[in-house]
Amino acid sequence: MGEIIKVGMADLKTCKSPDGVTTLGLGSCVGIAIRDPVTKVGGLAHIMLPDSTAIANNSNKPKFADTGIELLVEKIVEEGANRQRLVAKIAGGAQMFAFQNKVDMVRVGERNVEATKNKLKEMRIPILAEDTGENYGRTVIFYPESGDFIIRAVGKDEKTI
Amino acid sequence: MADQLNLEVMSETYYDVLKELGNIGAGNATTALATMLGCKIDMKVPQVRLLEFKEVGSAIGGEEQIMTGVYLAVEGDITGSIMFLLPTEAAKHLIGKLMGMTSEGDTFNEMELSALKEIGNIITGSYLNSLSAMTNLKILPSVPDLAIDMAGAILSVPAIEFGTMGDNILLIETQFTDDQDMSGYFILVPDLESYSKILRSLGIC
Repeated sequence: MGEIIKVGMADLKTCKSPDGVTTLGLGSCVGIAIRDPVTKVGGLAHIMLPDSTAIANNSNKPKFADTGIELLVEKIVEEGANRQRLVAKIAGGAQMFAFQNKVDMVRVGERNVEATKNKLKEMRIPILAEDTGENYGRTVIFYPESGDFIIRAVGKDEKTI
Repeated sequence: MADQLNLEVMSETYYDVLKELGNIGAGNATTALATMLGCKIDMKVPQVRLLEFKEVGSAIGGEEQIMTGVYLAVEGDITGSIMFLLPTEAAKHLIGKLMGMTSEGDTFNEMELSALKEIGNIITGSYLNSLSAMTNLKILPSVPDLAIDMAGAILSVPAIEFGTMGDNILLIETQFTDDQDMSGYFILVPDLESYSKILRSLGIC
């Protein structure tokens, strides 16, 4: 087993087999794991907001689903992945509190998931599995070697999708 | 006058003011809590920090640490939200004081959840009252909501709100002491216009 590389909030990292990438405590944010199953190069992005074009200060690319996914794919390809073979798994986008009534916060988890799916579809990257929505946080670990996407949540059994 | 306020270039003065507000708010909360819990609790604000998103996790003891987050929306002259975070151990301790006992393990039963919401309400309410008093601005808190989960997941909510404005979070650490030391955290997320209002009303701007 290799190293496990940590990805923070509004962050993304690539890795090669046998290493893995992880991000802890995904709430309304979405974790997007992408890999090339042949060369076993992959990466993980932890995005916070759906759309960079809706925000004035949008220079932090990994923060947004649209720019974050694009940047992650670029970096994975640079590491030796074939764009046509890329596949994805996603997790997160929970609604942590029952009300989140400020205009930009309404259903932000759900909107992050929608934006993620739209972007991956636009880039023709199929989503092989997802664990999204609900109202609890998730920690994820992704291994480009196997494509295993391990999901941990408080009070729930660990699962691999 | 520019309404665009860059959080990152906020002056030392503003942090000192927030810390002072925190101390005064803590003072209000202490009295209310002491009445509620029937014991003396000291509260003070040791630190106010502006952190990058990736630093917040370790600042509060780790993204996977299970914490209680009380979250409320704020309306009136100031719009935005406020969150109060408390590690499970501290929450159990305060509940123990209130109810005379606590349940085992990391989870809370219905009564404890109710007590937690009430404690969170008093603490956030006190902070907002002192902000209101110092600024002369009308600040109306909503009914609080509660989540018990990994700190990172709970923090994602105010982090995302801050994320619409910049790339940092303002974290206010509060220390409680009765017979043991505990730390809790406030995160105040006024929107940009509200930040300007607060500064102007305090004469810093």
